Parts: sequence; structure tokens; C-alpha cells
Amino acid sequence: MATEIIIHDQKDNVGVVVIEKITPKQECTCWIMENDSSISIQSKDEIPLGHKIAMNDLNEGDTILKYGHDIGKVVKPIKKGEHVHVHNVKTKKW
Amino acid sequence: MEIPKSFLGYKRENGRAGTRNHVIILPVDDISNACAEAVSNNIKGTIALPHSYGRLQFGADLELHFRTMIGTGSNPNVAAVIVIGIEPKWTKKIVDGIAKTGKPVEGFHIERTGDIGTVMKASKKAQEFVMWASEKQREECPISDLWISVKCGESDTTSGLASNPTVGNLMDKLEPLGVHLCFGETSELTGAEKVCATRGATKEASDKFMKTWSAYNDFILKEATDDLSESQPTAGNIAGGLTTIEEKAFGNFQKIGSCKFVDVLEPAEEPKKGKGLYFMDTSSAAAECVTLQAAAGFNIHLFPTGQGNIVGNPIEPVVKLTANPLTANSMSEHVDCDVSKILSREMNLSEAGDKLIETTLRVANGRLTCAEALGHKEFVMTKLYRSA
Repeated sequence: MATEIIIHDQKDNVGVVVIEKITPKQECTCWIMENDSSISIQSKDEIPLGHKIAMNDLNEGDTILKYGHDIGKVVKPIKKGEHVHVHNVKTKKW
Repeated sequence: MEIPKSFLGYKRENGRAGTRNHVIILPVDDISNACAEAVSNNIKGTIALPHSYGRLQFGADLELHFRTMIGTGSNPNVAAVIVIGIEPKWTKKIVDGIAKTGKPVEGFHIERTGDIGTVMKASKKAQEFVMWASEKQREECPISDLWISVKCGESDTTSGLASNPTVGNLMDKLEPLGVHLCFGETSELTGAEKVCATRGATKEASDKFMKTWSAYNDFILKEATDDLSESQPTAGNIAGGLTTIEEKAFGNFQKIGSCKFVDVLEPAEEPKKGKGLYFMDTSSAAAECVTLQAAAGFNIHLFPTGQGNIVGNPIEPVVKLTANPLTANSMSEHVDCDVSKILSREMNLSEAGDKLIETTLRVANGRLTCAEALGHKEFVMTKLYRSA
């Protein structure tokens, strides 16, 4: 089945693009690895292979969950379907 | 898949088995590199391992130097060793350490002889060793003779999604067969350290891990002039979609599957608690980490990469795998095992693990890795602090 996005864990609020890129307003199928289920999402940005998409609206200070674990904090509000990366998320370590 | 119970290896005097049959010319120190390289140039089939250190080191840093030198010579992938150093004392110390394995080893020091005389004497002995080693035959060895080290590099999100879990799947399948396994990269577990600590097989192992990680983290906090965001994740990681060190760490951590580690090793320390998974305190730089794992006796290495790390090692074959289809296509000469079909869901994780086991055994049996065919021989000593 064509899958554009893979999500590790059901708790995760980001997914990873697994095709060369997705384009704005593309209807994407997301496969959740943990329970082998599928959901869909419409993208807002162009997002390249390996980069993350927000599965929900996220506010400043929210925690990004991937692998079911805390991987950093939101530093600029992010809308569902937008690109999630160093421009809007930072580590909590340093 | 039924996992083969044996592979074809070289049985060594101390009971270990090698996947390779190298005769190495090992310089004790930086200034002996020229001599070692001259010997390996003279005598075909030998390999010199030049490096940058070995002078004026002291304390724990000097101990690590000796442990790496002796461990490299003692690795079962090495049939025989010529050691060349400037001074007799440190040269002899390394020769004596390697000799405990029972393999042929001979040392030469340059002082009072000079390069030319040393090259002549060492070349004669190297010729004898390499001709002796050339008659060694591969024999059937139990799969438990495999000591498999792992380290990922140039990681991106495809590493955490697919290539690292493929290694984890291999570990889950091979651990019950009695292999030794080793992961490292203390710094790149930052963010996942508490979860990693829960994977200690005993409380002692968990505590030892947290102590090791905390010592590293204290060092980073002391030396850091900025927030490390220029270094971790790397520019290559960020290009590949990794945003934070935590994300990189949880991706990294997928390599150990559901295994628990039995002990925590010092850099280049040989495991002593029998079969199973070990954590080694290492740098996360590819060549440094693989060099330390090889020096601890590991005889085959698995290296998942996202954006395309190209590292190799002179004595331990490095098997490269990737799940990134762009890397698999654009850098195919570096990829031993392509698992990119996981991302298109044409292959599941268990099938990918089987494919990696098959590749690993072919390499253990003698198939050259991409890195070997391309001449990658990165031998990089870890230095802990400045010399005296």
C-alpha cells in the first residue's frame, strides 16, 4: 500500500516522510508502525524525505513525541500538516 | 528463515575465530609510521596501521593507548603481527601483550638501528609471517564465534525508522545463539540515557551505564563553549531531517532491539562476562568507535547509515546498510545491504533482519565488504587528553 508517512508510535505527534518529498495540500497516508494502523493527513508544506510533519496543532512549549518519547520542545507554534524541524523545535538538553 | 549455525572462519591459537586473516605491521607511535609503511610496501599481503599518537602519553590515556595497540594485535582477524616502535620498552610491552594470544608476533625498535636497518629486519620477519599465514584455511566455526559490534553514522530519520531497527532485529535473533554483541556511542545516547539505563541486565550494569554517561555529560558541560547545536546533531543529520540530539539518540538506540546489556566496558576493553550484549564507552565518531570495538576483539561490524557514511577498518570488516533509497541509489558502491524497501512497505523488519544476517554471514565467510573493496582502512586511536 502506498505510504507517504511513517509514524513510530501511536502517541507520537510527528510522522516521517518516506517518499522523495510531499507537496503542499497533498493527501498523505500515514502508517503507524506500533499497531500497524493507517491514518491520513493533508500536508501544508513541501517536506523532503526523512523530515517530519506535525500530526496535530502544536503550541510553543509543547513536547514533541517520537518513538513514544520526548525528543524536544516546540519554540514556534506549528499547525497540523506543517514541516517540523530546527526552525520550530529545539532540544531540551542544552 | 532458519539461521545457519556456523560460518567459515580462521581458528586461532587462543580458541577465538577470525573472519579475516591479516598480517599487520603495527607502529607503536607516530614517528614509526614511515617504517611500518615501508615494511608493508615491501611485503605483499601485509597491512600497516599508521596512526597519530603514542608519544608522551600518561595515566589513563597511556593505558588506553596500550590497550588499543595490544587489543588490535590480539584480534582474531589478525594472524600475525610485526610491532615497530622508536624505543624498546613500549615496543616490548605491546609485543608481550599480543603474545599472550599465542599468535606469532615480533617487535623491532628503531633507536640505534635507524629506519633502513629496521625495515630490512622487520621485512624479513613479515615475509615469514605472511607466507605462514597464507596457508591458513577457513574452517567451520560455530556462529557463537561471531563477535558483532555495531555503530551507526551519518544518521537521518531513515536510520531510526528502518536501518537501526534492522540491526536490532538481527540482535534479537542472534543473541540467543550465543554471539557477543557491542554497542557504544556514549554521547549519542544523550536524551535517551534514562531509557538506555533500564536495559541493563543487572542493577550493577544499569548503574555503571549511568555513571559512564554522567561522566561524559559533565565533561561536555565543562568544555562546551556553545550549546553544541553545531555539533550534535551534525549538519548531515539535520539535512536528513533529524532535529535534536534526543531524536538522534532514540533512533540510535533502536540498534539493540530488545536486548539487555550484561556489562559496561571501558574503551577497547575486552568483554569478560561471556556471551551477550555489551555497552562500550566510546566516542560517536565512526572510525574512533570501530577502532575501539575491534581492539576489544569484535570480528565483524554492522554499520547502518542514513545519508551515507563510508567508514571502514583495517582489521574488522564493516558491513554497511541503509534504508535511505537516495543513499542506496546514489552511493551504491558503499552499501552492502539495502533495506530501503522497508520504507515503501515492500519488506518488513523481520525480512530486513534476515537479509542482514545473510549478508553478515557472507562477509564472515570471506566476501569483501564495500569498504574493504574501496580500500577504507580508517584506524583512529582515541586520545583522552593532552600529552605530558
